[in-house]
Amino acid sequence: MTMPYYVAPEQVMKDRAEYAQKGIARGRSLIGTTYDRGVLIVAENPSSTLHKISEIYDRVAFAGVGRYNEFDQLRVAGVRHADTKGYAYSREDVDARSLATVYAQYLGQVFTHEMKPLEVEILVAELDPVGDAHQLFHIAYDGTVADEQRFTVLGGDAEAIANRMAARFHQGWTLGEGIRGCVASLSGPTRTLRGDDLEVAVLEHGPWRRTFRRIDDAEVSELLADGEPPELTVTAASAAEGKSEAGSRKPSRDEDAAETGDAPAGEA
Amino acid sequence: MSLPLFPSGGDPGPSFTELLRRTRLAGPQIPPGAVSDAVSSPGRQLPGAAMTSMPGVAHGTTIVALLYEEGVVVAGDRRATDGHQIAHRSIEKVFPADRHSAVAIAGAAGTAVEMVRLFQTQLEHYEKVEGTRLSLEGKANQLGQMVGANLAMAMQGLVVIPLFAGYDLRLKRGRIFTYDVTGGRFEESDFHATGSGGRDAKSTVKLGYREHLGRDEAVELAVAALYEAADEDTATGGPDPLRGIYPVVATVDAEGYRRLEDTEVAERFQNVLEQRRERGAGSGESS
Repeated sequence: MTMPYYVAPEQVMKDRAEYAQKGIARGRSLIGTTYDRGVLIVAENPSSTLHKISEIYDRVAFAGVGRYNEFDQLRVAGVRHADTKGYAYSREDVDARSLATVYAQYLGQVFTHEMKPLEVEILVAELDPVGDAHQLFHIAYDGTVADEQRFTVLGGDAEAIANRMAARFHQGWTLGEGIRGCVASLSGPTRTLRGDDLEVAVLEHGPWRRTFRRIDDAEVSELLADGEPPELTVTAASAAEGKSEAGSRKPSRDEDAAETGDAPAGEA
Repeated sequence: MSLPLFPSGGDPGPSFTELLRRTRLAGPQIPPGAVSDAVSSPGRQLPGAAMTSMPGVAHGTTIVALLYEEGVVVAGDRRATDGHQIAHRSIEKVFPADRHSAVAIAGAAGTAVEMVRLFQTQLEHYEKVEGTRLSLEGKANQLGQMVGANLAMAMQGLVVIPLFAGYDLRLKRGRIFTYDVTGGRFEESDFHATGSGGRDAKSTVKLGYREHLGRDEAVELAVAALYEAADEDTATGGPDPLRGIYPVVATVDAEGYRRLEDTEVAERFQNVLEQRRERGAGSGESS
């Protein structure tokens, strides 16, 4: 087969990125953050059966936005990766970082070599078994990995939501505060989200080996009704005003992005 | 390790054993002579002699399971024998299979423990991939298939006979399943005991059993059964206060699997001993 036209590689990458971003922007967003007892993930998801957030292993959770079939395939692959690793070695040897790397490599591979990039963004979170150094790995459609300590936002309107979240987040908040903060950030000033519009799950310290727990709609509603969303802090709120346009999501990513995955570009 | 993705025709589905096969991670088959710590003597049999040691023969172990009002009690001793030697004093033969079920093993220790580990992973894997739990019946069938898959090894002497018990969340009661070496699965209606001391244990439970036992009575009956089994069977370990080793006793009810504290088990054994002493049954047949 011959190539009918020459298309510059920059253009190809740009088109692919645009295509993936558009696909992702169509879906609802989600936030992964930490709270006083572990990791909290809040997603806007009206379906109670098609999950965006799920368990990967004892202390590792997965969340995805974008095309359901694509991130669900990644989720199952992650479960398989973790279970075979834990079975071949030991349960302690399964960690989020190695899983995130594997995901990043795959996403990067697909982004550079396949016709169609995956229209997904995923989050791999790990609970710190002893302290509160929990880990949140945000992996973008092109295999870019960002490592977050406080919170991370996935999905279409990430920039705006992240700004709202930055104004509310404070270290070591409780589950209720965390959920109210996340929900207020997801919904923005004009909408209200109720318990059954949301999917909430945590990785929390407790007596069980498996730390993943879903928080059902009733409990979420209860926690939402339990108080007001955390006050906006002045400094963060004024900082948020500075960059309010939601369109380009590049800037925030570049600050803390660690390029892995599609390194093969360098070998040309 | 790269991401385990499969073409649509070759997807292993929610089965972990199938996944191991596809990813070629399944461990090498263990040659019969390589097993040192066998719960049962058959581990040391030569392949040719295996058939004679197979059906219904001594497994150095006693496992007891009985239903009570709210769930099921599973108990097992801690001794592993290798021929006439005690190989280990404190191995465990009762494990949580998942949150609402327990699996107990009699047979070649290495193979059995590996089978339990695979079974536990399999149940959790299914739950995570599918997003729902297997029914208790489904779990029991899964274990049967694993026992059946071990038949070739069993023919060489590495027999593993598990006992599976759990709380059925749909029927809201405890259930007990037993297996034969081919993987055949049988449900017991009230209680069962396996292993070399199984017969003594079963008789003890049989005499003390009635329907709708309370938890405490059921635990005490299981402990008494283990005591009697250890009293008659050399391959079953009794309570060992000197080293602080006591049989594993676990309950499974609507709340899930819970292993009893050693202190509670020790107390129960004390009660059993007191009762026997009062009856004057401690003197034995020879005095």
